Amino acid sequence: MIVRPKHQRLILLSLALFALMGAVLLAMWGLRDRAAYFVTPSDIAAGTTPPDKAMRLGGMVEKGSLRRDADGLTIRFTVSDGRAITPVVYRGIAPDLFREGSGVIAEGRLNPVGLFVADTILAKHDERYMPPQMPDRAAAK
Amino acid sequence: MIAEAGLAALWLAAALAALQLALALGLGGGEGREIRTVRAVALAQGLVTTIAFAALIAVFLRSDMSVLLVAENSHSQKPWLYKFAGTWGNHEGSMLLWVTVLALAGAVVAMFERRLDERTLSVSLGAQAALALGFFAFLLIASNPFERLDPVPIDGRGLNPLLQDPGLAFHPPTLYLGYVGLSVAFSIAVGGLIRREVGPAIARAMRPWVLAAWIMLTLGITAGSYWAYYELGWGGWWFWDPVENASLMPWLAATALLHSINVLAARGGLRAWTMMLALVAFSMSMVGTFLVRSGILTSVHSFAVDPTRGAFILALLALYIGGALTLFAFRVAHVKEGAPFEIVSREGGLVANNLLLSVILGIVFVGTLYPLVAEALTGEKLSVGPPYFNSVASPLALILAALMMIAPQLRWRRDSAPLLSRIAPGLLVAIAVLLAGFILFPAITWLPRLGLAVGAGLVPASFQPLFGRSLRRTPLAVWGMVLAHLGVAVAILGMASDSAFTSERLAAARPGDRIEVGPWLVEFRSVMPAVGPNWTALEAELRASRGSGVTILKPQSRYFAEPPTTTNEAAIETSWNGQLYAVVGEQDGQGRWQLRLWWKPFVTLIWLGGFLIALGGAIALLGRTLRERRQRRHVEEAFA
Repeated sequence: MIVRPKHQRLILLSLALFALMGAVLLAMWGLRDRAAYFVTPSDIAAGTTPPDKAMRLGGMVEKGSLRRDADGLTIRFTVSDGRAITPVVYRGIAPDLFREGSGVIAEGRLNPVGLFVADTILAKHDERYMPPQMPDRAAAK
Repeated sequence: MIAEAGLAALWLAAALAALQLALALGLGGGEGREIRTVRAVALAQGLVTTIAFAALIAVFLRSDMSVLLVAENSHSQKPWLYKFAGTWGNHEGSMLLWVTVLALAGAVVAMFERRLDERTLSVSLGAQAALALGFFAFLLIASNPFERLDPVPIDGRGLNPLLQDPGLAFHPPTLYLGYVGLSVAFSIAVGGLIRREVGPAIARAMRPWVLAAWIMLTLGITAGSYWAYYELGWGGWWFWDPVENASLMPWLAATALLHSINVLAARGGLRAWTMMLALVAFSMSMVGTFLVRSGILTSVHSFAVDPTRGAFILALLALYIGGALTLFAFRVAHVKEGAPFEIVSREGGLVANNLLLSVILGIVFVGTLYPLVAEALTGEKLSVGPPYFNSVASPLALILAALMMIAPQLRWRRDSAPLLSRIAPGLLVAIAVLLAGFILFPAITWLPRLGLAVGAGLVPASFQPLFGRSLRRTPLAVWGMVLAHLGVAVAILGMASDSAFTSERLAAARPGDRIEVGPWLVEFRSVMPAVGPNWTALEAELRASRGSGVTILKPQSRYFAEPPTTTNEAAIETSWNGQLYAVVGEQDGQGRWQLRLWWKPFVTLIWLGGFLIALGGAIALLGRTLRERRQRRHVEEAFA
């Protein structure tokens, strides 16, 4: 059967709306448990961060904090946001531009004793980069 | 002098855009002559903008450090290719490239568009001028690329070493041609809506421009993906970075538009929807520009810009997108009904394609903008990463690919013939691959498993439209579709193979150590210094052997003095069935070097697929252009 033109437009319109709502619902469902929270050492120090949940930790690599383990692959350092610090451990090749005193984003999980275990380290490519919080804080001082 | 000439050209181009808009609004008077004037002004605007852009390239090539932009982003010791490509490796330069493409697109339409009636063309060129005018204002007021610097520094600060790659010469211009080329579809849609001429004629006029922009966008995204893959040294080919999403969103909209436009051109259906997509596609380009250029995102693409510029672009966005949607809302009731069709028909398949593409677009859009909105509303800092996009968008993309096995076999309007026999080839291959996968590779996860099955099934299915046809008489457009759909299958196979079968090794090695990765045995031989034009490097030598085949890989850790940075240069060995990818890290206290090795079976299919998709588009475009020329000649002969 051929759908009557008037009905056809109605059907197409409702299909489009349905698709739009479907997209938004799917997106909200996806975001509910997959949006990684962006946290700073201060958030972790405040104790509001649940352990074993995927998140991104942002801040500066503290000067003098970088240590290498005996296996030659694991590095440990502390991330600071100017008010608090979080220890981070990472196994792998640190990216270009990763160094003490530069901005860093670590993706991973906080373990129950407060050590951040990173799966990925993103050093910011631009040397003028600062984590979004830092200028806010600098302005507040 | 050159800088001042460039700035003057930019002002002149802005004035020409204003004139073009005024003429299109009918302020010039003089019936009949106006379209020729508008065409001439559009052409002049394109030329003058190109002169401004050429002036910027000239100051970069001459390393004129008295120009602020050159001093901040270039260095006299750079190889000339990076001085040249460095022109758009910064905020102001890339915005000027953006506007140049916009103005040139307008000029090319003015010169070659003969399908639209004069009035509609005139209005469309007016819309194109209105777009250009806003972005000229943005350049002149908020990001002047020709600003002088006093006192003149001795030398510049250099270009971000990650951008010092031949890819910079091709990737941004290609991407921008696609991104901004979609403005033509936007302007023609505005013209059609204002003139109440929404019909097959508009679709036929719009189609080649959309196709051309879409080809460039596809190439740009494919090239950008490969560039990120070898340059960033993470072994990944897509990171769901907001900037990548900014190029993916217009591509999704343009792909939907490309399909719906055929329904409108061939059958007169989906009129309002196609106009909507034409508006949305370029709106997505502008949203992408806003995301990348406003400085609210930090990534390799956003060159740490002044946030006040964000407000300017946001205002432009609100004006253009809001204006276009308002126009659409007022005119949608006047758009005529299209020809009716059944649900099981080619039109029905294309509607499903459009709905799925729109849903994927919505998901990427929400995921990309959600962190910004959430931060503005609640102050909470969120980031949405690959887990979200992979788990939500990928299954939909697979459903879309599965649909591609069926829809091209359907007839226009109604299709009541039995379907099963027509989809059998693809279906059988897909099921066979799925079953073989369960037996041979029980460990892989479900998404790559389904990807392999759907990708494999789509290979025979994409050739099916050629069955039972005389191949010599098959229109080029059909060949183009076949090739593009085959490209999708190939790309999906590459993606699935990469995520299912990649093996990775991370090791701290001393010279002489051997590491196994996939079928390869890699011997770490030495680390030696190496020197390039503006860098020094530590270069590792790896001897990789597989069976009797031996190859040497030389990954580097490069040090650039201006600006002082270290980058990893991956070494990649490509063979017919995959790539061996090696990165060297730092030396530890005990003389060991960090090595990271990947064996990525069939990963090259991802980019081969992207290239095939673009090639399919190019063949379709060629076919349509030739056919049109033939028809026009027939018409002229008939009247002669």
